[in-house]
Amino acid sequence: MDDMYRDYILDHYKNPRNQGELVGATNTYSDSNPLCGDELSMSLRIEDDRVADVRFSGKGCAISQASASILTEEIKGKTLDEIKAIDRDHILENLGIPISPARIKCALLGLKTLKGAAWGLPAWPDEDEAKARSAGQGR
Amino acid sequence: MAVTIKPASQPRSPIDVARIRADFPILSRTVNGKQVVYLDNAATSQKPRQVIDAMRAVFEDHNANIHRGVYEFSEQTTAAFEGARAKVARFIGAKDDREVIFVRNATEGVNLVAYTWGRDNIKSGDRIISTVLEHHSDFVPWQQLAKDVGAQIVMIDVDDDGRLRRDQLSAELKKGAKLLAITHTSNGLGTVNPVKEIVAEARAAGTTVLVDAAQAVPHTPVDVTDLDCDFLVFSGHKMLAPPGSGAVWARMALLERMRPFLYGGDMISRVTVEKTDWNELPWKFEAGTSSYVDAIGLGAAVDYLEAVGVAKIHEHELSLVAYLLPRLADIRGITVYGPKTLDDRVGVVSFNIEGIHPHDVATIFDREGLCVRAGHHCNQLLMTRLGVAATTRASFYLYNTTGECDALLAAIDKAKKVFKV
Repeated sequence: MDDMYRDYILDHYKNPRNQGELVGATNTYSDSNPLCGDELSMSLRIEDDRVADVRFSGKGCAISQASASILTEEIKGKTLDEIKAIDRDHILENLGIPISPARIKCALLGLKTLKGAAWGLPAWPDEDEAKARSAGQGR
Repeated sequence: MAVTIKPASQPRSPIDVARIRADFPILSRTVNGKQVVYLDNAATSQKPRQVIDAMRAVFEDHNANIHRGVYEFSEQTTAAFEGARAKVARFIGAKDDREVIFVRNATEGVNLVAYTWGRDNIKSGDRIISTVLEHHSDFVPWQQLAKDVGAQIVMIDVDDDGRLRRDQLSAELKKGAKLLAITHTSNGLGTVNPVKEIVAEARAAGTTVLVDAAQAVPHTPVDVTDLDCDFLVFSGHKMLAPPGSGAVWARMALLERMRPFLYGGDMISRVTVEKTDWNELPWKFEAGTSSYVDAIGLGAAVDYLEAVGVAKIHEHELSLVAYLLPRLADIRGITVYGPKTLDDRVGVVSFNIEGIHPHDVATIFDREGLCVRAGHHCNQLLMTRLGVAATTRASFYLYNTTGECDALLAAIDKAKKVFKV
């Protein structure tokens, strides 16, 4: 019915995979898009440099939540190096829907939190934070 | 949801919307193959041909820097710029044109007051009263000033309908405060505060009052002499004028005592190595080359609004709210935030659809050619109070129609179908 809100996107939004708390998580990272109110937390259990398990929790728009859900399905069993290599184009390709510039940050929030967790970051480095905020805001 | 407006008692619009729409070239555009429905007027308004023409006339006919040249172009442009100031002064009921300072927008206006009057008058331990209805532009400057000087911010809440808690405000005013910085009209909910009563109460308590009228001056008659406030700020771009235009109004006695905000050309009378004397009001506060074409555009916008009548525009917007609110209430899963009646409000309707994030709502609306705002509306304090991350906001102006309300209702229906809620 709508090229952006395809059934599989809505399915992931309404029935998110790997959602909840992860017992024995080794790496957790949380972030948000304050402009949208999207919030996401990604927890990984890393064993031998591989993702043994993953859970995410959050609230927000269909794009941010579905994108995170799809990502969690993909990364189980992957090595940290493989995760660190996932880029923006890969995420957009995975989503398979046209994403307007205003919604890019929603689509990429899952990747951002995953990277934060994979790298074991306490907080996002300032430079990237500034870039992420450069989309601007208005009344 | 309690809605007290019956469709049968639908108020009639007092203005000829079809004629007005013909003045706005952008409204005939299509978006995604659909006729555009522009319902984001609280963010910015569209511009009528008369404003566009007035600005083009400057560039094509007599453009030159103001207050400087002794040749005809400069004199003509200066006359148009100062003429715009006189129009704005009259429009907001100022007693003296020199009380109107041109700034880029309401935000710059609040900062002007915070950096000049604020830093000279608000000291450690002083109290500044703010409200959860404030746009960030009338909160963050005071929050930062308070941090810098060691002052305290006191917040006033709203009730569940988005009306200011007057009892709290009265109690806090009684305790004493240096400043009350309050919005005239909420950009997030459309609530109109009883500003005149509040100003009287605050000033009787010895508190200086700044009124953020960014959402008021475009939509309701505002008279600074009648309000009797100390400072009032607004933006031009929300009232048919170009972005980059706006004004601070302040009492002459305050302006005379205030130091300049920005230093440089045009705001001086005499410069020596040792010292500088400031220009007279209002130019003391207008450093550098002003956005004079934008200000002239603002003058043309005032002409346009006066010709239609701001009171009639307000009545027109209320007729749209009266049309929309009960129809929204009939839709399952809709929550409307803010006033549910026509009293003391403007044409802002903030809502959420259960099960759909506002950004998804706005994206689906966009496919239908419908422009609305989704997000926190620079109102994070209010969103926190309402317990939501974001809302979808439709905001009306003089060119909107009940047909466009129908388009909004149809788009809501579409969004619900896409999301199967």
